[in-house]
Amino acid sequence: MIEPGAEEYSAENAPPLTPEQAIANLQSPDISLRYYAAWWLGKFRIKSSEAVDALIAALEDEADRTELGGYPLRRNAARALGKLGHAKAIPGLIKCLECSDFYVREAAAQSLEMLRNPMAAPALMQLLEGGVEAAVQVPGRPHLTQPYEAVIEALGAIGATEAVPIIQPFLEHSVPRVQCAAARAMYQLTQDPMYGERLVKMLESSTLQLRRVAVGDLGAIGYMAAADAIANATVENSFKLIALKGLLESQLKQELDSSVLCNNAIKVMNLMDSLL
Amino acid sequence: MTNTQQLIHAVTEADSPARMVAAVQNLAAAKDAAAIPTLIAVFGYNNPPAAVAALTGLTELGEAAVPQLLAQIDDYNYGARAYSIRALAAIADPRALDVLLAAATTDFAPSVRRAAAKGLGNLCWQKLDIPERHTAQERALQGLLAISQDSDWSIRYAAVVGLQALAKVPDLQESIRSRFEEMLATDVEEAVRARVRLAQTHAIDCLSFAR
Repeated sequence: MIEPGAEEYSAENAPPLTPEQAIANLQSPDISLRYYAAWWLGKFRIKSSEAVDALIAALEDEADRTELGGYPLRRNAARALGKLGHAKAIPGLIKCLECSDFYVREAAAQSLEMLRNPMAAPALMQLLEGGVEAAVQVPGRPHLTQPYEAVIEALGAIGATEAVPIIQPFLEHSVPRVQCAAARAMYQLTQDPMYGERLVKMLESSTLQLRRVAVGDLGAIGYMAAADAIANATVENSFKLIALKGLLESQLKQELDSSVLCNNAIKVMNLMDSLL
Repeated sequence: MTNTQQLIHAVTEADSPARMVAAVQNLAAAKDAAAIPTLIAVFGYNNPPAAVAALTGLTELGEAAVPQLLAQIDDYNYGARAYSIRALAAIADPRALDVLLAAATTDFAPSVRRAAAKGLGNLCWQKLDIPERHTAQERALQGLLAISQDSDWSIRYAAVVGLQALAKVPDLQESIRSRFEEMLATDVEEAVRARVRLAQTHAIDCLSFAR
């Protein structure tokens, strides 16, 4: 459930900035420059303390509002902070989980997923309150009451095993992408192959979008048993390569002797070669 | 109408994605050079199973398909272009060198660049005369070395695959070996470094085989 237009910029069409300028622009009277600067600092991974502090301050911005009450600058600042990997952003991001703007909550959950700090688990679990019954579409909006996918994925990435009983029911949620997120997190939290196999099954879905999600999830959890299924899935090779790279990296992490490639790693690379 | 004309007709008349796949498979199975333009056109139909069948058919036709594959590359559809480059890479006729080099180094689509990088290492060099062969191999090497520094990990990965194949050429082994060492020391992606390690084990096999 990515906000429309969230990745509308690319490095090529971006006006040239320096880190100092971008940080200064976060306080510019022109709010479009602030919005752009926040995106730019994340995109170019400007990890200086000044950049992180300025972005943390931007999480409380009141000036930039949409007609529906959204906070565009907060969204971009939250997204950027995940990419910068600084733990001091965690308290501010946790606070964003209570923001009235769905997309700020979603961006914060995604960034907390990247920062992987157990401190965020209780606040994330709070958003799952009410369980599957509360997880319904907001009338007139293209999203559910909470950013369930992002929250569940974050809890899985963080390793919040205490969340298992509240995540499990989401395997039966009516939205397939939420089911995928739940299967992915359940696998990460329990290592039970049953959940990996649920994602493998999703590769047979009739929707391309969903097959891409499942391929991505299998890569993210490094589920080795899915290697052939990923290589044979009907999605674009770029998606398969990224997923197989995830499998490969998780195999390499398990290697005891770093001078010898294990057979699983070689198998994955042979599959990747065939997709070039 | 000849049999091949009928099979071509079936491809142009196919009115569902599944019928298209079946018609392309039948046409590819005929292994008739008259089918080449139709098979290439299938790359642009946005029907991946049909495109894969056409790719297989063209690869089996081999050298005979190369001139038309080179002439009919779709500059406006990168999906179709990736299939053409894959076909040229699989046939491995060195007449494709210029097209593969341009695709690997300047195309905007990663799928096209990866296919070209893999193909660059694998061309049938023995089809070229000696002086020409050396120039061609050197150009392939320089192209692959250049893209082994790309910012996209998947392009660097494909460059390693291409370089591994190119390391069968004794004259190029020294350059490739030292580039691999460099990548092993500096590449930020573990997956790329792992692929370099795998390439190094292949290169060792290849060297001991040559001796």
